[in-house]
Amino acid sequence: MKNKKRIALVGNPNTGKSTIFNALTGLNQKIGNFPGVTVDKKSGFTKLADGETIEVIDLPGTYSLYPKSADETIVFEVLADKQNSAHPDMVVVVADATNLKRNLLLFTQIADLGLPVILALNMIDLAKKGNIEIDIDGLAKRLNVQVVALAARKSQGLDDLKKAIQFQSETALQASTIAVKSLAPEIISEVATRLNISNPYVALQVAHQHGNLKYLSKDERQEVQEVLQQHSFHSPKIQASETIARYSFINEVLLDTVKHTTVAIEESISNKIDHYLTHKVWGFVIFIGILFAIFQSIFAWSEYPMMLIETLFVWLEKLGHDYLPAGALTDLLIDGVLAGLSGVMVFIPQIALLFAFISVLEDTGYMARVTFMMDRLMRKVGLNGKSVVPMIGGLACAVPSIMSARTIENWKERMITIMVTPLVSCSARLPIYTLLISLVVPNKIVFGFIQLQGLALMGLYVMSIVAAILVAWVMKFILKSKLKGYFIMELPVYRMPRWRNVGLTMYESVKTFVTEAGKVIIAVSIVLWVMASYGPGDRFEKIEQKYSGPAYTQKFSEEEIDRMAASEKLENSYAGLAGKAIEPGIKPLGFDWKIGIALITSFAAREVFVGTMATLYSVEGDADDMNSVREKMANAKNAETGLPVFTVASAFSLMMFYAFAMQCMSTMAVVYRETKHIKWPVIQFVYMLVLAYVASYLTYVMLS
Amino acid sequence: MKLSQLQIGQQGIIKEFTDLEMSVKLMEMGCLPGECIKLERIAPLGDPIAVSVAGYQLSLRKLEASTIELI
Repeated sequence: MKNKKRIALVGNPNTGKSTIFNALTGLNQKIGNFPGVTVDKKSGFTKLADGETIEVIDLPGTYSLYPKSADETIVFEVLADKQNSAHPDMVVVVADATNLKRNLLLFTQIADLGLPVILALNMIDLAKKGNIEIDIDGLAKRLNVQVVALAARKSQGLDDLKKAIQFQSETALQASTIAVKSLAPEIISEVATRLNISNPYVALQVAHQHGNLKYLSKDERQEVQEVLQQHSFHSPKIQASETIARYSFINEVLLDTVKHTTVAIEESISNKIDHYLTHKVWGFVIFIGILFAIFQSIFAWSEYPMMLIETLFVWLEKLGHDYLPAGALTDLLIDGVLAGLSGVMVFIPQIALLFAFISVLEDTGYMARVTFMMDRLMRKVGLNGKSVVPMIGGLACAVPSIMSARTIENWKERMITIMVTPLVSCSARLPIYTLLISLVVPNKIVFGFIQLQGLALMGLYVMSIVAAILVAWVMKFILKSKLKGYFIMELPVYRMPRWRNVGLTMYESVKTFVTEAGKVIIAVSIVLWVMASYGPGDRFEKIEQKYSGPAYTQKFSEEEIDRMAASEKLENSYAGLAGKAIEPGIKPLGFDWKIGIALITSFAAREVFVGTMATLYSVEGDADDMNSVREKMANAKNAETGLPVFTVASAFSLMMFYAFAMQCMSTMAVVYRETKHIKWPVIQFVYMLVLAYVASYLTYVMLS
Repeated sequence: MKLSQLQIGQQGIIKEFTDLEMSVKLMEMGCLPGECIKLERIAPLGDPIAVSVAGYQLSLRKLEASTIELI
């Protein structure tokens, strides 16, 4: 069977490329990785009028084929490397019709690569409103490509785009734009022959970018290097003359095809809004107010759906105990897997809301203003204004946030951002905080309006952000870099959020969370349950013998004996022994061996904590006990002293540990992929562990 | 006169760039010699600045703005 036709969407940022992508593919999309790199590859399928299904790939937004940040590199790589598994048969360049001049720069570059290309002029409605008259047919004739006008936000023109795709010829027919060869004649012809490249512009791009292109072999890079040295290639100079040549070509084209009379109206509205939103005083007040409102809403709006999910799981557990045959497998299923899952699935509403709010902030253009306001401050501590985005995103999840740090062009600023983002309290810490706070902080209102539990939680969040900033400041002095940091960024006009995009983001984040966290939790629950239910050698038989002896059977009731035996078995199980082994190390922090087990399992992922606690207390207690984890933990007593395990001191100490320690394998994996060196996740793991230990110790000593 | 020396609301026309590498980035973003450029806003803490150029808004640091010479 012939492979499906594949098209790639390319365009400047803020041109509505993702709106077109979403409109074409709908829910029929998936996020994967480009081969060899971790740039998000969004792909999906769409059906043309003739019934043919084609694959659509959304490439990262960029102003030019010369990459300025890590994720822009992929654009040229996918388009130039015919072996790349994402290499398209055709490119759709999405251009903002209100700003054609700048947008056509990328178009002319893509056209010169020699792939079949369609030009999609988006936001044509706004262009009309701004009295920009575009002669679409004239433009098509001049460039010799199909030109389609769209207003993707209003779902206009999508059928025309599909039709254009359907009728696009398989060979490139576009007119050549500039005299590429004259930019560097010897270099282009020599790189082309040595690397067997047929297109002169691809050869020129390879000359510029060879150091970053992953599809070139070492020998090929060496060859390009030789050619460049031989002809003393000055990359910025040739890039500059290319850009100037392209713009003069574009000016010529636009002179015949576009009549521009007035400036877009939206700009002036945007300016008025910015007058307040980036105001010296109000700017910050509004920003903090928005963050505050977001957190309030996340808690308020998620309360009811969370309760529903909780009820559902309690019902499922009861159903399981009622109808499944009693035995080891049922225990594993209910006390292990189901208990573990329920501890985490409860947080779906909060995670969905957090992602939705962050996507609204980005979609409206407000995030760019926050970046603008914070740059000066962030630069002082070695970060970039753009670090605000990963750090706010870190409140949801560090994994996508660390990937979003790719927009930071400067290596040092990007590294520091990656290193400190996991310190920001993510949503996986929320279950632990909520659980522990509800155990030790009274549900009281002080001064008439401040809720004590909420205050404790907010304190933890504020502390996490302060810690991230302090660590960044320290790293600023440790990391060495000669490169300058850039902050050249478009401030898009304010737009209403595209609710469809927000909805899709919510859906995607929940889907990823459920499948990814679900997998880890099920695996950890099973392993943990096995380790907690079996012990080495004949320890378990000895315990059973001991308790069946007359010394016990005469003194205690059967129930009491069962409980004592179960608890001693847990202590002697593999998990118990592991917990016991690290107990001396964590005792100064106020933790016992059971918490020790939770700490060990939590290194896979923090959210495992609640599940671990559930599993441990269910294994120990009797199965019919439907008490929640919270009640079981509240009743937990230290075996030696008889005092409660969770006191104010030990609970806060535990929260400090979870606040600072790097307990997330996914984050470590993504840091490794992003930094391409094992040393970064290792450094991160160690510094965070040290920080966690010290903070826990100090908290425990101060509070007890 | 440099872009970084403009007052809010003032405008000028781009003459040339003093930093070659920066100039490529700026031109790709639409800052071309001959374009009119206007200082719209300064960030609350004094840096970066927001300018409108080529029909849209761009934010850049003062240091970067100082590489743009105006007529």
